[in-house]
Amino acid sequence: MGEKISLFKEDGRRTDGRAPDELRPIKIKVGVLSNAQGSAYIEQGKNKILAAVYGPKEALPKHISLPDRCILRCRYHMAPFSTPERKSPAPSRREIELSMVIRNALEPLVMTSLFPRTVIDIFIEVLQADGGTRCAGLTAAVLALADAGIPLRGLTAACAVGKAEGKVIVDLNDIEDKYGEADMPIAYNPTLDGITLIQMDGIMSKEEIEQALSLAITATQKIHKMQVDALKERFSLSRREV
Amino acid sequence: MSVTEQRPIISKLEKQELYRLLAEGKRVDGRSLFQHRNLSVQLGYIEKAEGSALVELGNTKILAAVKVGVALPFADTPNEGILIVNAELVPLASPVFEPGPPSEESISLARYVDRSIRESKTVDLSSLCIVPGRSVYSLYIDLYILDYDGNLIDASVIASVNALGTTMLPKYSVEGQNIKKLDESFKLELKDYPVSLTYAFLGDKYVVDPCLNEEYASDFTVSITVKSDDRFCAIQKNGGGMLSPKSFLDLLEKSITLGKELRRVAYSQLVKND
Repeated sequence: MGEKISLFKEDGRRTDGRAPDELRPIKIKVGVLSNAQGSAYIEQGKNKILAAVYGPKEALPKHISLPDRCILRCRYHMAPFSTPERKSPAPSRREIELSMVIRNALEPLVMTSLFPRTVIDIFIEVLQADGGTRCAGLTAAVLALADAGIPLRGLTAACAVGKAEGKVIVDLNDIEDKYGEADMPIAYNPTLDGITLIQMDGIMSKEEIEQALSLAITATQKIHKMQVDALKERFSLSRREV
Repeated sequence: MSVTEQRPIISKLEKQELYRLLAEGKRVDGRSLFQHRNLSVQLGYIEKAEGSALVELGNTKILAAVKVGVALPFADTPNEGILIVNAELVPLASPVFEPGPPSEESISLARYVDRSIRESKTVDLSSLCIVPGRSVYSLYIDLYILDYDGNLIDASVIASVNALGTTMLPKYSVEGQNIKKLDESFKLELKDYPVSLTYAFLGDKYVVDPCLNEEYASDFTVSITVKSDDRFCAIQKNGGGMLSPKSFLDLLEKSITLGKELRRVAYSQLVKND
């Protein structure tokens, strides 16, 4: 990190021209894959991410199943060509951790007790990464679950917040993630007022975290609205097909 | 793939008792809600490691050791030393630890400890350069979980920082592009004393430093690492469940107060030695 990289332009806007509290352009489409029970695609800035859901199906081998609920299996994976340097397709420690925190964020949403002894597989494939992939991936995974017709307690939208050059910012892109002072991915369910995923690395004071959290709540509410719109579009489409 | 964990079942009676006591502001082992278990730290436990510490937090026992080497720096940080944290959930510590490749729990534990140390800049990595672009010190922190009674994260951060605080680095002489190990060594200087605070959420109550039964009975846990200047450098929610924004902000406030106390106890021997 030898050279100094400026994360703000002279007019106070960010490297990609956004205001500190502005999201990147987001495009969401539900029901994009033919084999999966549910699927969704999201573009957030330069992120391009697919999510697919298979199940509920019989949990095999039997010893992994639970008698009173379905289990969730989640894989977050980055394509080898998704980053500037080729990434080995073998799962990295980071991907193993993210698969876990994403699954943890989905557990409270799925009405698991409706499908005892079964498993739901959730696959998130990052085709192009540009910062905030776990959040965008989670936003898409929730829609894939809804698309599969799996009963959910609500939708959860996710967005990273953080700090760059002393300013609290929302939806960090790759450069801000790398050279900024802090990154705090958050998944929030606005209807149940609950955080289902929160992580942070970097340094922030209590006041900065408070400010970042309130930005995250506003941002996830906006993304939540886009999720609802994407689902409506999906279902109005299938009605026409019938 | 990350799979829904199969938690050992704790008996209904035990769980009910936990909740009943919590409602009265009490805990199974007689602690108050925001009281840590007894903490003991033994510095320099492993003589063959350049730094080490054995930490006991209640019945949780963790050995941290630092091995120092010389390595090629990473291409994007040619002037910085290398810090790598690894955690081993040793099978002798618990029936739920199994031999084999690292579990996601051990990976996420190591990554959390790494973030706590790296982001707080406890070690100034730029001071660990020998020849820019060619030779830098590498610090491997290996965490050995020897006995498991919950809250691995807080005990691991304390063990790692104490091990780093006792680390002696061999000196090298530089002759052109070659380096030679000398007989002298110098002490690794710590720039910060971070502590992690882990809270387990049980229904609408939460407690600090959960023991294993409290962890099993909990909906989820939240870990927060506080630096010496009261700012935060790592946060993570583990497990399912939903955390209300209000509780989260309360946790930050609480962690500043509890962090001060814990830091004093956890690093008293290091500070005394300085």
